[in-house]
Amino acid sequence: MTTRRDFIKISGIGISGLMAGGGAAYRAMAQTLNKEIGGHISDKRTPTYCEVCFWKCAGWVYKNDKGNIWKIAGNKEDYHCNGRFCPRGTGGVGMYYDEDRLKTPLIREGKRGSQYFRQATWEEALDKIADGMKKIAREHGPECIALFTHGSGGAYFGRLLKAFGSPNIAAPSYAQCRGPREVAFIATYGEGVDSPERTDIRDTRCLVLIGSHIGENMHNGQVQEMSDAIDKGASIITVDPRFSTAASKSKFWLPIKPATDLALLLAWIHIIIEEGWYDKEYVKKYTFGFEELKQHVKDMTPEWAYGITTIKPNIIRETAREMANAAPSVIIHPGRHVTWYGDDTQRLRAVAILNAILGSWGRRGGFYIPDKISVPDYPHPPYPKPQRTWREAFPGKFPLAGLALASGLCDATIPNASRDCSIKGWLVDGTNLIETLPNQKNTIEAIQSLDLLVVVDTMPMEITGWADVVLPECTYLERYDMIRTSPHRKPQIALRMPAAEPKYNTKPAEWMAKELAKRLNLEEYFAWNSMEDMLDWQLKQLGSSLEEMQRVGVKTFPREYDDLYFPDGEEISFNTNTGKIELYSTEFADAGFDPIPTYTAHEEPPDGFYRLNYGRGPAHTFSRTSNNANLTDIMDENVLWINPKVAREWGIKSGQKIWLKNQDGVVSQFPIKARVTERIRWDSVFMVHGFGHNDKRLTRCYGKGASDTSMITRVHTDPLMGGTGMRGNFVTFFFEPEKEEATL
Amino acid sequence: MKEEIIISGRMNPKIDPVLNIWHWEIPLYLFLGGLAAGILFFAALYIILKKEDEFPTAVKKAPLITPFLLIIGLIALLLDLNHKPYFWQLYTTIKIQSPMSWGAWTLMVVTPLSFIWAALNIKEIFPTWDWNISFLKQFEIWCRKNILPIAWITITFSVILGIYTGILFSAFNARPLWNTSILGPLFLTSGLSTGAAAIMLMSKNHIERKAFARIDLLLIAIELFLITHMFMGFMASTQVQIEAARLFLGGPYTASFWVFVVGLGLVVPAFLEVLELSRRKIPVIVPATLVLFGGIMMRFILAYAGQASRWLY
Amino acid sequence: MRYAMAVDTKKCVGCSDCVVACQTENNVPIGYCRDWVVEVTNGTYPQLEIEIRSERCNHCDNAPCVRCCPTGASHFSDGGIVLVKEKKCIGCGACIASCPYDARYPHPEGYVDKCTFCLHRVKKGLQPACVAVCPTKCMYFGDLDDPKSDVSVILKKRKWKTLIPEAGTKPELYFLI
Ligand SMILES: Nc1nc2c(c(=O)[nH]1)N[C@H]1C(S)=C(S)[C@@H](COP(=O)(O)OP(=O)(O)OC[C@H]3O[C@@H](n4cnc5c(=O)[nH]c(N)nc54)[C@H](O)[C@@H]3O)O[C@H]1N2
Ligand SMILES: Nc1nc2c(c(=O)[nH]1)N[C@H]1C(S)=C(S)[C@@H](COP(=O)(O)OP(=O)(O)OC[C@H]3O[C@@H](n4cnc5c(=O)[nH]c(N)nc54)[C@H](O)[C@@H]3O)O[C@H]1N2
Ligand code: SF4
Ligand code: SF4
Ligand code: SF4
Ligand code: SF4
Ligand code: SF4
Ligand SMILES: [Mo]
Repeated sequence: MTTRRDFIKISGIGISGLMAGGGAAYRAMAQTLNKEIGGHISDKRTPTYCEVCFWKCAGWVYKNDKGNIWKIAGNKEDYHCNGRFCPRGTGGVGMYYDEDRLKTPLIREGKRGSQYFRQATWEEALDKIADGMKKIAREHGPECIALFTHGSGGAYFGRLLKAFGSPNIAAPSYAQCRGPREVAFIATYGEGVDSPERTDIRDTRCLVLIGSHIGENMHNGQVQEMSDAIDKGASIITVDPRFSTAASKSKFWLPIKPATDLALLLAWIHIIIEEGWYDKEYVKKYTFGFEELKQHVKDMTPEWAYGITTIKPNIIRETAREMANAAPSVIIHPGRHVTWYGDDTQRLRAVAILNAILGSWGRRGGFYIPDKISVPDYPHPPYPKPQRTWREAFPGKFPLAGLALASGLCDATIPNASRDCSIKGWLVDGTNLIETLPNQKNTIEAIQSLDLLVVVDTMPMEITGWADVVLPECTYLERYDMIRTSPHRKPQIALRMPAAEPKYNTKPAEWMAKELAKRLNLEEYFAWNSMEDMLDWQLKQLGSSLEEMQRVGVKTFPREYDDLYFPDGEEISFNTNTGKIELYSTEFADAGFDPIPTYTAHEEPPDGFYRLNYGRGPAHTFSRTSNNANLTDIMDENVLWINPKVAREWGIKSGQKIWLKNQDGVVSQFPIKARVTERIRWDSVFMVHGFGHNDKRLTRCYGKGASDTSMITRVHTDPLMGGTGMRGNFVTFFFEPEKEEATL
Repeated sequence: MKEEIIISGRMNPKIDPVLNIWHWEIPLYLFLGGLAAGILFFAALYIILKKEDEFPTAVKKAPLITPFLLIIGLIALLLDLNHKPYFWQLYTTIKIQSPMSWGAWTLMVVTPLSFIWAALNIKEIFPTWDWNISFLKQFEIWCRKNILPIAWITITFSVILGIYTGILFSAFNARPLWNTSILGPLFLTSGLSTGAAAIMLMSKNHIERKAFARIDLLLIAIELFLITHMFMGFMASTQVQIEAARLFLGGPYTASFWVFVVGLGLVVPAFLEVLELSRRKIPVIVPATLVLFGGIMMRFILAYAGQASRWLY
Repeated sequence: MRYAMAVDTKKCVGCSDCVVACQTENNVPIGYCRDWVVEVTNGTYPQLEIEIRSERCNHCDNAPCVRCCPTGASHFSDGGIVLVKEKKCIGCGACIASCPYDARYPHPEGYVDKCTFCLHRVKKGLQPACVAVCPTKCMYFGDLDDPKSDVSVILKKRKWKTLIPEAGTKPELYFLI
């Protein structure tokens, strides 16, 4: 962020500066990255799909004459990207060229977390892991090993773990991300929203974004379709306490008081029912529990919601009207990272219900019905049946969790008197748990209780600093991976193949898992000779081949049925208890939860404190990219958005470094620069997640900006499914470091 | 509140956050060029006026240093270039619209002239000097015969050089502070003034010193007039130029400009020269040095402040 | 032929993909850039407005950088595209000082570099890298002399502005407003 255009603020250059040549501090001069590139441009290209986020766009890796990786661009056939990568995907080359990469297996020498490692051979490292795993299995049972994974490697390590006898496999993309959404939509429609989201944004007439900051959240297809929708004249309604980029493109921006969205949603439902703006035929035909719903929201008027949300009643009416006018081509977007306040499943239920009464599910411009090809699994013996699962650590809790909770596995690792067994070993693949899970103290306590911590990563991220064994994976540009198969308007598959040999002494996850399987006598679960053979076998089952996919990168299949939207007048059976869209959730009722959402108030920031709001910056993916040279060029630190009123009160200027302290007295390890901006409310502050790294081996991002995670010590856990609500934390500012108080 | 920021993290070295492409080299080069132009101007002037005997320092002694000034200046210019091995490309073409180009060509003319002036007078300092090469001897004789035309050429090119030192800046529409037609005359006057000061410093002749003190006083008066006009022009112009002028009127360059350039570089020496002319005992070294110092500072400060000034959009 | 580009400030989300794509396409060294993104916020919470502009060299019709270049390294190429010949450039910086948009930078190898409108791609019938990558498809490129080109069509349809027209540079980078 530069304010060079702010003419008045140009800093004076003193006389000594004049003589010394200006004395302006330049940032990194040309670095070596591009030195490897050179010569002339060639058209040599290999297919890949992107691993810089979980949208998985398919593209091409181009090389120059010298055979070095030059650039990455999207594959025109691919529905995820339509030939256009997002900034992070375009900057993916920076991952490959990063000189800070993990270069060789490492084995810890000192005490855990002390960062003393020695370089090891693969043999040594893998033997050590296999021995550790066997020991845990012997002493506690194989279920006491858990896998945390976020990315392609999950396929192989998941296979290994299941073969080994543990069902404890979790990704932070559930309990820290979209879990509540999936649970809410499954409860309502019998199906989740999935990824890529089945939102028909391209053809919508009205898109409602509730804290979904598309445009900063660069999930590619959605950004592109939102732009198409703007072109076609769709109206956008954005509900966000922050003036997000999407808000700036919207017809209506509702600057809601944080944590009150459920009230707004219920008022919308109220007014749409009261005014008879709902899709009567659709509701009658497909839904269950309309009368109960009507009864339930009877008093939840716009006036009622105004008192809670600060959104004026006439605006609530007007926006409801806007949605109803567009219905069924309307999308109340379910969002993606929805673990905010602990009642998230219920909030998302309200979103699902609102969509249902407007009849947008299964309708053009609403939610389409995706189709997907299932890629046959390479044959293997049946997996052993585990004796217990992580659920036993939480008797009676989170009954609706459909997948394992990363936070749950973490909690189940900390020994507890009421439990006879805790998790003893972690395999962590492609997830930086220290920055990813809230409540770092808890995460570290869990880690300190482990017998074995193995981390598979490409970069020396914080989590690797706590590992017993670190396995360096090569980047996605240097390996094969499983066929990507996407649920979309038409089924598509995509291939990732290596564009270059692995740099340094790195290996693909597939090789590591297979090598471990050998050592654990589980080889028959990895019966293929090579990735090429395995992929070719799979592809041939689908009527393609490796050779074809290497040529085309992406292959589209016809839909099995012509049912992108609900065919008119047809009976449809939904995968719910009643076979209907459940406005009243029988499943929730059975489990003892509100069958229709109710608003409950959330705590507000105490005096002098501000709600910590966080989100995405368009050019970064969490920690994943924070050391990427191409992307640090765009943004090398996060800043703290502060409303000018608040800044004036505190005497804070843009660019000034400030420290943060949260409601529990936890202090940020690094200062963060202030950005004084009208784009944020006076009761909250905002920062992009993924900065404030404290591992010195990350030379480009060490100490740049602050970590939101370190400030998230209070977690509001969703009682239905265990999602970790993270936006109920409050921070205050101070101007001198309080080093002794720092947490890590 | 209006907030205007670059969100793609732009930080091009020497451009961001403020333009900083020219450092000490260019102002030094301009100062030395102006100084040499001033000295050569007076040397040629008194030849043309046939007063070489009254102004021995101006005509004979001072020109001796001009080749050094110009060569140091050219070295400074070369040091400023980022792509030095391609320096010669300057002399593959003449670009009439490029001040850099015609500056380079002007120097191509003035530098040899400065050598001629130095060569013609070197024997005054080193009476035993001999060229030892017959060609050079003949050339010296030829020059002495044609001294008047040479003086005319010199006076013309020294004026061009003096103006050029200002125009190099003023041709940049992009930098509002520089973009004023006053800069050419101002730098020329300043060049002449520093030339006069240099002559005063070197001169042992009381009459000559007095004469130059008088000339210098006049030149300083002209400079002050031009500076006043420059600011009046800015303030009467667009917002952009008003903002530019503010760099000197409350902005970060205010103190350095008014204290060093106007105060120490113009007003104080003028005052001292007035005192001297009214027969007070003032060591000539003081006002002359101040004038030279002021000349350097003016170029440095204008170079930096100009780069800090920009269009608003 | 007159190449021009238009950027839709209403659709641009300021993701900076154009900047990253330019960097990889053109080997712009790390720490430098040929294009950049400006965000202007006006108003007071909650009455706010944002304009986002992806900026680069304007390939001015009346280019001061070409005029002031002493060697002819800066020149007009096909379709009015302003280019720098590396081997002719002495790195004097005059063109950098002359550009009111600060669109040029000194390449670490000595010469001055800037946006080329990706002439190497345009010649092959491709769009400039930034235009081709933009996820919101908010950039338009083409020949102004061809009334059917993307850029001609959009400029006819929409309101637009150029930056600092009063500087007299006659920019060929248009911003749809
Ligand atoms: N405070 C806070 N916490 C959050 C969020 C938040 O906004 N704020 N967001 C939540 C959400 S929505 C999500 S989805 C999660 C994301 O959480 P994570 O998936 O943990 O986040 P990343 O930073 O992407 O972590 C990726 C890790 O994978 C490594 N990596 C990258 N490429 C490869 C590869 O090819 N192979 C291997 N083995 N490793 C690789 C990176 O170096 C990095 O260490 O975080 C959640 N946690
Ligand atoms: N560039 C980029 N894009 C990404 C990612 C990335 O790392 N980088 N990660 C991807 C992943 S894994 C995910 S899960 C998604 C997440 O993307 P989203 O689901 O869009 O993100 P959230 O973090 O839920 O939403 C952040 C927005 O919520 C607003 N907000 C905060 N509190 C409230 C509130 O109380 N009410 C309302 N209405 N709004 C509020 C914030 O101001 C902010 O604008 O992004 C994906 N896209
Ligand atoms: S959205 Fe961007 S980072 Fe994510 S997969 Fe696609 S190109 Fe890669
Ligand atoms: S790529 Fe497109 S949307 Fe992104 S900043 Fe550039 S012009 Fe704007
Ligand atoms: S924008 Fe600057 S560099 Fe580009 S043509 Fe115009 S003056 Fe020259
Ligand atoms: S730096 Fe190069 S391109 Fe620019 S004016 Fe000087 S010679 Fe011309
Ligand atoms: S046209 Fe080409 S050179 Fe110019 S900014 Fe776009 S990508 Fe860069
Ligand atoms: Mo996520």
